[in-house]
Amino acid sequence: MKETLSFVLNGSPVDVLAAPTETLLDLLREQLGVTGPKRGCDEGDCGTCTVLLDGQPVRSCLTIALTVAGKEITTVEGLADGRKLHPLQKAFHERGAFQCGFCTPGMLMSAKALLDGNPNPTRREIVDHMSGNLCRCGSYEEVIEAIQAVANGEYKE
Amino acid sequence: MTEYVGMSMPRYDGVGQATGRTKYVDDFVLPGMVYVKVLRSPVHKGVIRHLDLSAAENTPGVVGVLSAEDVPGVNLYGAGGDQPVFTPEHIRYKGELIAAVVGVDEDTAMEGVEKIDIQIEEQTPVFDMFEAMKPDAPLVRPDSESNLWEYEPGQTTRVMYIGDVEEGFAQAEHIVEGRYQTGEQDHAPLEPHASVAYLDEAERLAIHTVSQCLYFQLGQLAAIFGLPMSKIRYIGGTVGGGFGGKNHIHADHVAGIAALKFGRPVKYRETRREDLQYSTKRGVFILDYKTGVRDDGTLVANHIKLWHDSGAYGGFSPYGGEKCSMFASGPYHIPNIRTEAQTILTNKAGSSSMRGFTIMNGQFPMEMQLHKIAEETGIDPWELRFINAWRDGDKGVSRYTVRGAGAIEAMKKAADLAGIELPEHLLAMDSRTPPPQRGEAADVVD
Repeated sequence: MKETLSFVLNGSPVDVLAAPTETLLDLLREQLGVTGPKRGCDEGDCGTCTVLLDGQPVRSCLTIALTVAGKEITTVEGLADGRKLHPLQKAFHERGAFQCGFCTPGMLMSAKALLDGNPNPTRREIVDHMSGNLCRCGSYEEVIEAIQAVANGEYKE
Repeated sequence: MTEYVGMSMPRYDGVGQATGRTKYVDDFVLPGMVYVKVLRSPVHKGVIRHLDLSAAENTPGVVGVLSAEDVPGVNLYGAGGDQPVFTPEHIRYKGELIAAVVGVDEDTAMEGVEKIDIQIEEQTPVFDMFEAMKPDAPLVRPDSESNLWEYEPGQTTRVMYIGDVEEGFAQAEHIVEGRYQTGEQDHAPLEPHASVAYLDEAERLAIHTVSQCLYFQLGQLAAIFGLPMSKIRYIGGTVGGGFGGKNHIHADHVAGIAALKFGRPVKYRETRREDLQYSTKRGVFILDYKTGVRDDGTLVANHIKLWHDSGAYGGFSPYGGEKCSMFASGPYHIPNIRTEAQTILTNKAGSSSMRGFTIMNGQFPMEMQLHKIAEETGIDPWELRFINAWRDGDKGVSRYTVRGAGAIEAMKKAADLAGIELPEHLLAMDSRTPPPQRGEAADVVD
């Protein structure tokens, strides 16, 4: 039996019907067409589906959709201001912090959560925080450097 | 134009990746789309004795079912042209496709799969290459005489040679031998195999593919569907990691057959587990080396026998063994080389291309041989590599002429990065100038 679910998605209120077993990832991708969060493993291992739940990074594939009632969800689609990229997006793009790009939406959301809570992380803190986001192309070093560059103020809003 | 050579440029499509606008195959959700789940073999080897799909077909929400008899064209594909889309009878590896259920969503399709009535007579599989080569080994293909791949009819060994290895060994003061093995490996790109297929406004079969090589696969798909290529719109270009695993068709054939049969947009995506367990792999290699070397360190002969585990189907493995043979003597000048490659079928998921594509499977043992030779002769490992490295004009085993050789320059750079100071006489070497130790190459016999 589906239930009504209301939450805020990238700044806009959303009212949908969701089944009790439906994950937030399924709801976003299949029902709402928000395909930034990716389905890499669907069991919480790879981090490609990472979104922010009231500012905290969560695996949307392990989050039951109905549990986000009344909360605020931010996906990669909510990072840029129109065509103005978020500093992390700019840094990832300009520094080549991805190859295939499949992990990037999840990486960006994890990185945003890190810098929102800790604007000047050490390299160790970046590595620890990003350890749940896998990149099979091996862009880890560029990801770390991009986050460091944003923290250093090299990419302004 | 040339001012950009050597510069690091942002990617032309990078904003799409950084904003989530880039559409990967699984990002396409079309109105009225139906979903595929498949029945895979639970055993490594066997014969299907009974298959009844009616309970699956009658499940509420199931649109229909597919098995071997639903393949409109040829039920064979792959680089080896030997793999059925749905196996009609013989099972050759655990996870082999038997049937598919198409439903309004994946849960419904899965419910249908669970209702399929199947009986399989299980048989004894073979997993080890050397076991598979024994005369009484279970045959991966019941209709064949052995588990050895035939490169040409009746020819199960691919031989390449330059010079004469026996003459080379006769000149050698040292013979160094070794057996080496490289293991199986999965590509594990973050994007699992997926396909979206539908009939477009011109009644063409449109397929959004994760393929790395559309034009390797278009012909195979045309044969499977029984359609001319002009009736297939094969749309690719955005790949969430491939590393060679997306050189083989894993989903487009099933999605396409379903779209043709049911006239609805179809999505088929493998779960991570399916992808890891049943997609093509980097296959196991075992290589035997016998290398002849003079007292002064000059390599004079290399005899290599290599065995490549192809899994249940050919895929790119026969070619992979050839490619390995070509480069298994490393970037070194050896006037007398003989390689003998065999590709062996076993009851495992098929092996195929993966990064570097079987070249490093021969590079690693050659470097190990050089390590042993350095110990045996007492010659410094850098010296050994520098004096034997390819110079422009040298010939490899497949008798191509080396142009633009760069091993010496690469080694100098590596030494520099590692903080190793090389002696002057090595630093004076380059890939354009033959070393003093080198004799004349043996005449090439065609």
